[in-house]
Amino acid sequence: MTTLIVIACYLSLLVLLGFLSNRLFRGTSKDYFVASHSIGPFLLLMSVFGTTMTAFALVGSTGKSFERGIGTYGLMASISGLVHAAIFFLIGIKLWAFGKRHGYLTQIQFFRDRFDSDKLGYLLFPILVLLVVPYLLIGIIGAGKTIEPVTAGAFPALFTSPSAPPWLGGIPPWLTGLVVCLVVLSYVFMGGSRGAAFANAFQTIVFMVMGLVAFVFIIKALGGVDNTAKIPARISEQSTVVQDYRYDKKSAAVVANDPPKVIGRVLSSESENIVGQQPHLWREATRVEFKKKNPQTGELFPFERELGFSLITFVTYLFIPLSVGMFPHLFQHWLTAKSAKSFRLTVIAHPLCIMIVWVPCVLVGAWASGVLPPGIPPPAVLSAMLNLLVGDPILIGLLTAGVLAAIMSSLDSQFLCLGTIFTNDIVIHRAGTKKYSDKQIISIARIFIVCIVGLTYFLAMLAKDANVFDLAIWCFSGFSALFPLVFAALYWKRATKQGAVASILAAVLTWFYFFHLSGYGGEYLVGPGVVPAAICFLASSVAMVLVSLLTEPPPSQTLAKFFPAQKPQS
Amino acid sequence: MAKRMVWFLFVLLFFLHQDFWWWDQSFLVLGFLPIGLAYHAMFSIACSILGWLAIRYAWPTQLEEIAESRE
Repeated sequence: MTTLIVIACYLSLLVLLGFLSNRLFRGTSKDYFVASHSIGPFLLLMSVFGTTMTAFALVGSTGKSFERGIGTYGLMASISGLVHAAIFFLIGIKLWAFGKRHGYLTQIQFFRDRFDSDKLGYLLFPILVLLVVPYLLIGIIGAGKTIEPVTAGAFPALFTSPSAPPWLGGIPPWLTGLVVCLVVLSYVFMGGSRGAAFANAFQTIVFMVMGLVAFVFIIKALGGVDNTAKIPARISEQSTVVQDYRYDKKSAAVVANDPPKVIGRVLSSESENIVGQQPHLWREATRVEFKKKNPQTGELFPFERELGFSLITFVTYLFIPLSVGMFPHLFQHWLTAKSAKSFRLTVIAHPLCIMIVWVPCVLVGAWASGVLPPGIPPPAVLSAMLNLLVGDPILIGLLTAGVLAAIMSSLDSQFLCLGTIFTNDIVIHRAGTKKYSDKQIISIARIFIVCIVGLTYFLAMLAKDANVFDLAIWCFSGFSALFPLVFAALYWKRATKQGAVASILAAVLTWFYFFHLSGYGGEYLVGPGVVPAAICFLASSVAMVLVSLLTEPPPSQTLAKFFPAQKPQS
Repeated sequence: MAKRMVWFLFVLLFFLHQDFWWWDQSFLVLGFLPIGLAYHAMFSIACSILGWLAIRYAWPTQLEEIAESRE
C-alpha cells in the first residue's frame, strides 16, 4: 500500500506540472503544437531522450536481457547511439531549418511541399497513425506489467484475478493503463507541447536518477559489485542450466543453492565450450528448454528459448534505430527547438544518456536469470527484481515511479503528435486556416487524441501479455522502412512524388507481410537471422530509386526551395 | 578534409560495432562487466566524442541561414 501511495503522489505531481505549464501556455495553436519554437538545448535533450526512451528501454531491455543476455545492449543501445546522433545531425537539423523557414508543424506538411503532392499526405497519415499505435501499446502494456507485481497484496479482496498467483491483490493492468492514459492526457491537454517538454524533462531526470538508485540497491542486495557476476544462470557439466544462488528475503541476502537448482537444459549451442559458461554474459547462440508453471493449474510445462544472438541478427539490427528519422513525435520535438544550436547538446549527450539507462537495465536482466524463475513474463522482470531485492516500500514506489516516468515521457509526445497531424494535415488542410479558431483547432486535436487513446487502450487489453521489446521492434521497423523517404526528400534532388508513393507502399506492404508472419507482434527473423526491417528498408529504397528515375523530375522551383544554392565558404 | 575525417570515423565506428572477435567471450572488466557489454559501453562514449567532432568540424552553418531567411 505504501508503494501505491508513493506512485499516486508521483502521478499527482505530473498533473500539477501540467497545470503549471498551462499558465505558460500562450493559447495559440502554434504554442500548443510546437511551443512557439522556444525550446532550448537542455530541454530539447531531455524531451528528445525522454521520448526515445520508452517502456522499451527500461522494461523491454531488462526483459530482453533476461531472455537473451547482455548482447541486448550492443543489439540496440550502442548502435542507436551512433545512428540516432547521425540522424539528429543529418535529418533533424535540416527538417528544423525547413520547418522554421516554411512554417511546417508536421512531417506531412514537409512531404507534401517537397513532393508537390497533396495526396501523399492522405497516404502517409493513416500509415503514421497505424505505426504509432504499437508504440502507444507498449507504453500501456509496460505500465500494467510494472505496477501489478509491486502492488501485490494491496487489495487482495478487490483484485482477485492476478496475471500470476504471487501478484494477488495487485493493481490490475486494466486499471493501471486507464490511470496512466488519463494522467498523460491531462497534462498534454493542459500544456500542449510545452507541457510535454517540461514533463519530459522532469520525467527523464526522474527515471535516470531512479534507474541508477535502483541499480545501486540491486547490486547491494546481490552482495556487492564483485559478487554480481556469479549470479546469472550457469551451464553445468550435465548440460543443464542451473541457478547457483537464490535471494532469501528473510535474511535479505543471496544464499547458495546446494545443490544448484536446475531450471532448464541445453538443447544446442553454437559453441562447443559451454560447460561452466553463464550464457547471459556472452552472445553465443544457445538453445535452452526451460519449464514454467501454468498459473491456473500449477502444472509445469516446457518452453524453449534462444539465449544469445546470431551475428547476422546483430548486424541487421542497425536498421531499427533508423526509425527515429521518421517518428512523427520526434519531428514535432525538433520543431520546438529555439535554434540549430539547440541540437548540439542532444547530438553529443544522447549516446551517453542511452548508456546510463541501458547498461544497468541489461545487467539487471542478466542477473535476474540467476534468481527469478525462467517463466516470468519478460516485461515483468524489472518490477519482479525490485520487488524481490529492494525491501523498502517507499523506495520501490519511487523506483516504480521512475519506470512510469520513462513510459509516460513517450506517451505524451505520441498523444500530442497524433492530435497535431490529424488537425493540421487532415482537418485544416481540407477546411482551410480561416474556418476554425485557434481554440477550435485545439479542441479538434484533443478529440482525436482521445479517440486514438481509447482505441489503443482497448487493443492493449487484448494484447496485455505481448512482449514489449518485440512489439516495439515492429513499431520501429515500420518507421525504419520509411526512412528512405525522408533521406531522399532531403538529399536526393531526383526523388519524385511517384517515387515517394512507391517507397511508402513498398515499406508498408513488406512490413505488413512480415508482421502477419510473426503472428502480429512476436519476434520474427528472416532466413539466417535477418531482421525484417532490413528487407523492408531495402524494398522501400529500391522502389524510391527505380520509380523516381522512371518518372518526371521535380520542378525547378521545388528544387530551389529545398536545395538552395550554397554560398561559397570563405 | 575535417568533414571527411568525421565521415571516415563514422564508418569506422560502424564496423567496430560488429565485434565478432568477442562473441564467445565473457571475461569481466572492472570485476563485473562482461566484455561484450563493457566494449559497447565504450562504443557509446566513442559515439559521443564523434558527435562532438561532427559539431566542431562539420556543423551545417548553411542550415541556420536557411532557417532565418524569409520565404
